[in-house]
Amino acid sequence: MKLITHNMLTSKCLKGVVTGYPLSINATNINITEVDYNPEFITRIIPKLDWEVLWRAADSIGHSDGLPQTIEPKFEENNEFLKKAHRVLLEVDIEEGNLVCPESGRRFPISKGIPNMLLTEAEVQ
Amino acid sequence: METPHQEHINKDDFQHVYEPAEDSFLLIDALEKELNFLKAFNPFSCLEIGSGSGVIITALGMALPNSLYFCTDVNFKACLMSKSTALHNRVGLECVNMNLAMCFQNKMFDIVIFNPPYVVTGSEECMSNGIEASWAGGNKGREVIDKLLDLIPKILTDQGIFYLLLIEENIPEEVKQIMLNKGYKSKLIIKRQVKNENQLVLKFYK
Repeated sequence: MKLITHNMLTSKCLKGVVTGYPLSINATNINITEVDYNPEFITRIIPKLDWEVLWRAADSIGHSDGLPQTIEPKFEENNEFLKKAHRVLLEVDIEEGNLVCPESGRRFPISKGIPNMLLTEAEVQ
Repeated sequence: METPHQEHINKDDFQHVYEPAEDSFLLIDALEKELNFLKAFNPFSCLEIGSGSGVIITALGMALPNSLYFCTDVNFKACLMSKSTALHNRVGLECVNMNLAMCFQNKMFDIVIFNPPYVVTGSEECMSNGIEASWAGGNKGREVIDKLLDLIPKILTDQGIFYLLLIEENIPEEVKQIMLNKGYKSKLIIKRQVKNENQLVLKFYK
């Protein structure tokens, strides 16, 4: 699971959970997979993200080195920044671990890079 | 559009995951007919729900390389197969073991694709997380489809497009009316008779 996906996942459909966002991450195995760097593509992704959530997620798994906490104006001209964003969004891959609902503490295991977000009928609101 | 390579798949795995069949290829053909539109639309993010072997979302990823690709499936073995199909065809695909699209933040996807379990069956048959989930659709074959229809306004972006495969037994006119009530127009993209099934792909948009 890449951090771009983490940025989009929520446990708000759990009974009694209001926002369920962001999920916290416990990672026990992280892979770095090389992905072709495409600055235009990364530039397009960044404004659509919750950057603060991305930064905190990266920081919580030890991958925030050199990544700014806030996006600067004209970030699209800063190649070094775009490369770091590319790495943290598309190359850092959590293979094994858990996602945890911030309100209920419900754990969602990540196995072989795939988060298990399946819910039982009884859990859903 | 190219058909994704599938040599990496162990045929035995098709005991647990739906093997690509006429319906899968009809949806790929529908996307191919839409390709010029899709290229101009330039979607940011595309989601396939119930991706099974992963051939449909991978085919789209091969044709439109500058988008993000996501898929969900209730069957973990299908999730693994979708990921490996994408990987073997050099498409970046993120896969989540999830019911429909229940755990995504609102309005994240420009394109949503669904080849649903459309076969008319008893209601109890469409509750599994195994291979039955790929075809058993319950009453009118619509039980899973109708749940997703309710989610569509939440998961699509405002300019988003939804592609849905149906058979005549699903009563496409009713599906169109349900979506019209949610503010979506519809268009028939492709239609084909396969053995005793009349399969079609509809496009929904605002």
